[in-house]
Order: sequence, then C-alpha cells, then structure tokens
Amino acid sequence: MPDLGKYADTVLSAYGASLLLLVALVVLTILRGRKVRREMENLETRMKRNG
Amino acid sequence: MSIWEYANPKKFLATSEKVMPALWVSSAVLITVGLVWGFFFTPDDYRQGSTVKIIFLHVPSALMAINAWFMMLVASLVWVIRRHHVSALAARAAAPIGVVMTVIALITGAIWGQPMWGTWWAWDPRLTSFLVLFLFYLGYIALWEAIDNPDTAADLTSILCLVGSVFAVLSRYAVNFWNQGLHQGASLSLDEKENVHDAFSSPLYVCMAGFVLLFLVLVLYRTGTEIRARRIKALMARERLEA
Repeated sequence: MPDLGKYADTVLSAYGASLLLLVALVVLTILRGRKVRREMENLETRMKRNG
Repeated sequence: MSIWEYANPKKFLATSEKVMPALWVSSAVLITVGLVWGFFFTPDDYRQGSTVKIIFLHVPSALMAINAWFMMLVASLVWVIRRHHVSALAARAAAPIGVVMTVIALITGAIWGQPMWGTWWAWDPRLTSFLVLFLFYLGYIALWEAIDNPDTAADLTSILCLVGSVFAVLSRYAVNFWNQGLHQGASLSLDEKENVHDAFSSPLYVCMAGFVLLFLVLVLYRTGTEIRARRIKALMARERLEA
C-alpha cells in the first residue's frame, strides 16, 4: 500500500466509490441480460410447443 | 461486406457474441493494469500530493461520459435516417453506461475538489455543463421508459439526443470557451505546459483504453439484451393475437 499521506481518505474514497459503481454497472448488466435471455428462450419453447 | 449487415439483429447478435469474450478480458486487464500502475507505482504530485491518483479514474470516466453521448448521437442519426432498429437500441443501451460514467466523473471531481479547491462543488462552466449532461442522460432514459411504442420512443429520444449534444460539446470545450472557473485545462493536450507529467500519462492512457473497451463490450452486451427484450414483446403480442 503506498503512503497516501494526509489525503489517504480522499484517494481511497474516490477509488472505492468509482469501483463500486463500475462493478454494480457490470453485474446489473449481466444479471438483466441473463434474465431476458432466459425469458426469451422459455417463450420461444412454449410457442413452438403450442404450434 | 457492408456495415449495414449488422443492422440485422441476428447478424448483430452472432458477431457480438464472438467478439465479446476478448473485449471483456482485454478491458479487465487494461483497467486493472492501469489502476494498479497508477495507484501503486506513480509518485505524488508536488502540488496535489497523492490526490493526483484520482486522475486515473476521473479522466477516463469523463472521457466516456462525453463520448458515450456522441456514440448515442451517431446511433440516433442512423435511426432517424435509415430506420435501423439495432442502432436505436444501441443508443438506448449506451445511456445507463453514460450515466454511470458521468456520476463517477462528478463524484471523483468533487472528492478531489474538496481538499484542492476548498469546495466540493463550484458553478464552474465545465462542472455545470457536466451536471446538465447528467440530467440529459436521466431525461433520455426516462423518455424511453415513458413511451410504449418503441418507434415513437426512438424518434423522440433521438431528437433529445441531438439537443443534448450541445451540452456534450460544452462539457468537452467549456474550459476553452470560458476562461473563468476553477477547472483546469485538458489533462492530455499537445501543449506541454497544460499536459500531465510523463510519469502519469502512460498509466492514464492504459486506463483510458480500458474504459473505452469496457464501454464497447457493455454496449454490445446491453444492445443484445435490448434486442431480445424487444423480441419478447413481439412474441407476446403474437401470442395474444393467436389466443
């Protein structure tokens, strides 16, 4: 860990908030993508079965 | 082969599925390398101390906040002129990424500004134009959600995107247009007096490349999701008609 001196709180809070937002963006993107893909596959299967 | 082939949703999905794994990996590697290099292996600035390390998040996110809007503008123009649904959906997919990038730029700027400027916020031209850009992003997303007919939503959001482009340009060039305000000039410029020191520029370029690739892969992934969501709506409408 580098010596951040008197600005340690400033630097760490900037990194913490940014990384949290980036990770949340990626995770939410993937979760919604998987959910929609599953819904579409279920719907297509149901429609094929019902002719 | 023409770029318009990718206006076909099936072709778009097949191609994006192929390139996304490489994009995920390369963006993760570049962002990790850039941030680790910037955080652990760069010196403190003689005036800013260790707060200079915030530049490795602030500049790439601000870059993407502005350029995400320009990507949305190009995609919206393609929709308006050629009526390709994939381009309208790509613009829609990019907006939440732009919001997050704008928020990161605003938050890191405020956190850096407090010890350096003595204030979290100032009604400086660049900061204010960035805040307006953020509000445009929210308005754009809200408009998509508010209108049921996807073609009408795409038309109206495209117009909003055109209007908002003025603020995207202002966000980029506010420092040059107005000489008052606290925000310094461009961090990366050809002017040696204005430019960041070499010790910081290399990890900064790596972070910027990583953010560009992250944006690209997120847009591809989210556009795929929007295409599938639209197909679900179409299939459900057909099912209701047949019932």
